[in-house]
Amino acid sequence: MPGAIYAEGLVKTFGDVRALDGVDLDVPEGTVLGLLGPNGAGKTTTVRCLTTLLRPDSGSAVVAGIDVLKHPDAVRRSIGLSGQFAAVDEYLTGRENLQMVGQLYQMRAKAAKARAVELLEQFHLADAADRPAKTYSGGMRRRLDLAAALVVSPPVMFMDEPTTGLDPRNRQQLWEVIKQLVSGGTTLLLTTQYLEEADHLAHDIAVVDHGRVIARGTSDQLKARTGGERVEVVVHEREHMTTASEVLNAFGKGQGEVTVQEHMRKLTVPVTGGAKLLAEVIRELDTRGIEIDDIGLRRPTLDDVFLSLTGHLAEGKEEENGVENGRENGKETAK
Amino acid sequence: MSAVNDSLVIARRNLIRMSRIPEMIVFGLIQPIMFVVLFTYVFGGSMNIGGSTDADVYKNFLMAGIFAQTVTFATASAGAGIADDMHKGLVDRFRSLPMARGAVLTGRTIADLVQTALTLFVLAVVALLVGWRPGSEVSTNFGRVMAGFGLLLLLGYAFTWIGALIGLSVRTPEAATSGGLIWLFPVTFISNAFVDSSQMTPWLSHVADWNPFSATVQACRELFGNPGVSPSDAWPMQHPVWASVIYSVLIVLIFRTLAVRKYRSAAA
Repeated sequence: MPGAIYAEGLVKTFGDVRALDGVDLDVPEGTVLGLLGPNGAGKTTTVRCLTTLLRPDSGSAVVAGIDVLKHPDAVRRSIGLSGQFAAVDEYLTGRENLQMVGQLYQMRAKAAKARAVELLEQFHLADAADRPAKTYSGGMRRRLDLAAALVVSPPVMFMDEPTTGLDPRNRQQLWEVIKQLVSGGTTLLLTTQYLEEADHLAHDIAVVDHGRVIARGTSDQLKARTGGERVEVVVHEREHMTTASEVLNAFGKGQGEVTVQEHMRKLTVPVTGGAKLLAEVIRELDTRGIEIDDIGLRRPTLDDVFLSLTGHLAEGKEEENGVENGRENGKETAK
Repeated sequence: MSAVNDSLVIARRNLIRMSRIPEMIVFGLIQPIMFVVLFTYVFGGSMNIGGSTDADVYKNFLMAGIFAQTVTFATASAGAGIADDMHKGLVDRFRSLPMARGAVLTGRTIADLVQTALTLFVLAVVALLVGWRPGSEVSTNFGRVMAGFGLLLLLGYAFTWIGALIGLSVRTPEAATSGGLIWLFPVTFISNAFVDSSQMTPWLSHVADWNPFSATVQACRELFGNPGVSPSDAWPMQHPVWASVIYSVLIVLIFRTLAVRKYRSAAA
């Protein structure tokens, strides 16, 4: 029995570009699938095909039990779409926007009005209800956009990069809203470039690259594929690196090698043994008189997963590790 | 009747928008008023209409032309509005809703029609102030004058569908505005709107006689009882009211079909 969102072999080409190259998806009812991938991977095109905005060249799709290609109108009654660009009318007030969308979902004017009031409350927009949306902050606009997608409480929701461009606080807030929504039993397909976001919100993750799903599974399953935990050390003096490397090698679980990043004075080794082992490493380094700037036990992040799946990490380690690190720093500030 | 209902919801939305951008309405009025004043006072004394160079004759000849040109400028506003909706992702939202397919465009053209009617009203008042008089040449009545304005609104409505197609075809609202206006200049100038087209080079005069725009101008002059009845024996000039209705309805049918088809496959 196919899930609430089901797609098989979706292909879409734009001129020479094969935007979708056979996408298969299966999202069980009441779960969240995170569609993860870089810009241009085909995430948005997938959403556009599933929400009837774009007709795929081949393949089939079923949403909420309805064939998308055969009965697009029926599908539209059962879905809510929240786009990458907050698609609200900026000259209309929040209330007017929601009322309009309600009426276009074929609700009566009165019912649409009442529903708008409910949603404005729920999304903490009641105070701004009668201000034109162009006076809203970025976060408020996204909430309004999300509210518009929820006017009829559709059983299946699509969100295309819901938090792109939001500041950390607003992203947190929106995550809370999305979590609430999902706990109510809505099936959700969410696209994101933020690995942390998929980790946070999605039950299952499908990694997309070049118009194909290249991996799928839970966050933990994907992480397991890239190996277990590691100890990472940054030594204070460059000349201590060789000694430190010897120490780490002794604690390493044997299969993995110590990775050295010269310019950052950073050493990494795969380990088993967790915090207890970390304490031992610290003692040993101390005994040998190696001063350290930083040490920690790291579990693989989805950054690692994505980079290893797409193979970027394998090429030119130094540089790619720098990129990886940059991303993590970005994530730190996002917390 | 979700098609009617949806169109009205969208029309209402566009009218609310327009009312929140009053400067657009003001700018929309300044240009035709400027044309009325400039043409009346700059060209007024030097135009030969049916053998007369009287400034008053030209003034009464001119107004139908300015009215008609003004209503066609709604093309640009419709085009820019729809391009803007595409650009901002609103068309995606609308297309994902279970609403009637043509309603987004129909609603927009209805809203533009209301705005055109408002502009036309103000312009008629200004025209009366500078000395335009229905019945200046042959007698007319209120009903005929209103029928003339009806034809003008129909023409304006037809042209907004051309604007809708332009708006869906270009990528930005800016392009829709200029793309919506540029071609209107030859259309409105190679016509009988501002000069007596029988004095043009023969081939140009021929184009002017069959220009859909000329038919409405000619029909208005006839209904308003103003000077400038064409001596041409081209069919639209002999039966301008019919020609005006037929042209406008044809434009609506053709461009509505094309625009709705384009809308369905629109990819922002």
